[in-house]
Amino acid sequence: MARTLLDKVWEAHTVRTLPSGQTQLLIGLHLIHEVTTPQAFQMLKELKLKVRMPERTFGTLDHIIPTADQTRPYADPEAEEMAQHMYRNMKDFNLQLFDMSTGKQGIVHVIGPELGLTQPGMTIACGDSHTSTHGAVGAIAFGIGTTQVRDVLATQCLAMAKPKLRQVRVEGALAKGVYAKDVILWIINQLGVKGGVGYAYEYAGPVIEWMTMEERLTVCNMSIEGGARCGYVNPDQTTVDYLRGKLYTPSGAAFDRAVTYWKGVATEPGASFDDVASIDGARIEPVVTWGINPEMSVGVTQSIPSPEAQPEAERPTFREALAHMGFQAGQPIKGARIDVAFVGSCTNGRLSDLRIAAEIAKKGKVAKHVRALIVPGSQQVAKAAEAEGLDEVFRQAGFQWRKAGCSMCLGMNDDKLQGREMSASSSNRNFIGRQGSPTGRTLLMSPAMVAAAAITGTVTDVREILR
Amino acid sequence: MSTDFKRRQITGRGIPVTGNDIDTDRIIPARFLKAVVFEGLGEHAFEDAKKQNPEHPFNSPAYRGASVLVVGQNFGCGSSREHAPQALMRWGIRAIVGGSFGEIFAGNCVILGIPCLRAPQEDIEWLQREIGRAPQAPITVDVEKQEVRLGDRVIKATMPDGPRNQLVNGTCDSTSVLLEAGAAIEATAGRLPYVKGF
Repeated sequence: MARTLLDKVWEAHTVRTLPSGQTQLLIGLHLIHEVTTPQAFQMLKELKLKVRMPERTFGTLDHIIPTADQTRPYADPEAEEMAQHMYRNMKDFNLQLFDMSTGKQGIVHVIGPELGLTQPGMTIACGDSHTSTHGAVGAIAFGIGTTQVRDVLATQCLAMAKPKLRQVRVEGALAKGVYAKDVILWIINQLGVKGGVGYAYEYAGPVIEWMTMEERLTVCNMSIEGGARCGYVNPDQTTVDYLRGKLYTPSGAAFDRAVTYWKGVATEPGASFDDVASIDGARIEPVVTWGINPEMSVGVTQSIPSPEAQPEAERPTFREALAHMGFQAGQPIKGARIDVAFVGSCTNGRLSDLRIAAEIAKKGKVAKHVRALIVPGSQQVAKAAEAEGLDEVFRQAGFQWRKAGCSMCLGMNDDKLQGREMSASSSNRNFIGRQGSPTGRTLLMSPAMVAAAAITGTVTDVREILR
Repeated sequence: MSTDFKRRQITGRGIPVTGNDIDTDRIIPARFLKAVVFEGLGEHAFEDAKKQNPEHPFNSPAYRGASVLVVGQNFGCGSSREHAPQALMRWGIRAIVGGSFGEIFAGNCVILGIPCLRAPQEDIEWLQREIGRAPQAPITVDVEKQEVRLGDRVIKATMPDGPRNQLVNGTCDSTSVLLEAGAAIEATAGRLPYVKGF
């Protein structure tokens, strides 16, 4: 019987079936960061346990670090304390840490693929829900809680039930001005934020096959926003070309053997799925969220929907969203005034994202009332962008060029919305309070759309600028 | 370890939080993730929601001491932060009944010994109304029988077999269960081409 990538990877990593009926699943790569690990290391110390496979564990600093002045000690004493815990734990357990001095620091989901740590056919875990990102190379990657981080540190395993599998097909071809971010936002719009609960998503179809690896990373990143436990794209030649020459990918004859293994884990023709969903890529336009979860979105030429048009059970959440955002049902999203523009995050903080944003930035200056930040996803992304002169393009246009980190995606450092500020953001969540102000407001969109909003000061159809 | 005991049945007073898609940022805002310990998170559960809404149930003296949280659809969606169930647990929550749950959240709850049971929408709404009317009434969440009892009414409420068995058998302490596999862990790793370096 034809098997899926999920079947093959699951079977290869099964240690045993647990008495509960769950699978004891070996985790091939454990990525860690400063925020969700201190309690796990503390528990490990109390239990007098070692890290089971230190050579398969890698850490970085991303969530709390400042992106302006990174002089130690950090101005924020809590951030400094978290960093110190991370340094101490990585040293005590003899683990590899990619800190600022290495030139390889960055958002954990940006550096994993960038360093070639993330490879097809792996199981990957990290104490962060956007671990689904790594599925873009054909890995099964789970976001986990802190006690599960302890599990992986101590046993290199997780207790998991195998999810069902839905193939999400994106057919046709994308129009100009429509990007990977629009594709995933539209998938979530169509399948809902609860639609993926119980499922892993396999992204397929011509639009996905034509995507670059960085675009696939953007799509898989937001699988969790659609409720799916993880998401992946089958490895193909694009994957192989991307991985060639990376720091942690094999070289020479070993690379050829790796390619055979990688291509061998792909879903076989004729494999069956628990469900298949199909999206017409040609009909996707630039997407903007208007509400308080990533499903509440419209095409940029559309108007904000009415709660009355929703199923009764959804109406209270819709009304709450309108009240929080200060929008009226029926109002066009285009023209909504913004205060802040943010390009960055594990969703859209890679070089191709910055290139697209820079292309738009060349066409104008940041509007007077807008505060605009460009935060590269990693030190390597920053270096590559600077080598191309993108930092200068951004500065000239009035954007702030920052250092690598999670930044305003979740506002754990100084990069926060103030009061009710409205943010055009290339990040992944528009939850109430997400960007650091309890009353702050977030409009999710592609980096191109963020750059367009930055220079016009309002939500703008980027296709009009690209024309 | 703290969760190394059986959770077959939990009885306590209820607290309703209405609305769908209540995310973990709402349950515990990110600024509280900057502490390197989980202690003290209980008082910050729903911090911003409480400040913005004086009527929020977590503000109400009527629900103080409640241990059974009754919620809508997709509760705990979003971030994997274990700080969310930790905050609820430290506030006093011992069981959650809802329409559906974010999966990472529900998994984090089980590890802490907090069952998350799913019930039909009309039963959730009835429970939330009933708790509002009589906050003192005890509710029993029966993990073994997969039901919720309030007064004379018995509501069918389900959770997946794996985590349910963990709670019923007292094997929520996943680390010690996983450690029992012993050398089979290294044996499985040894069969993977990428672990061997191709």
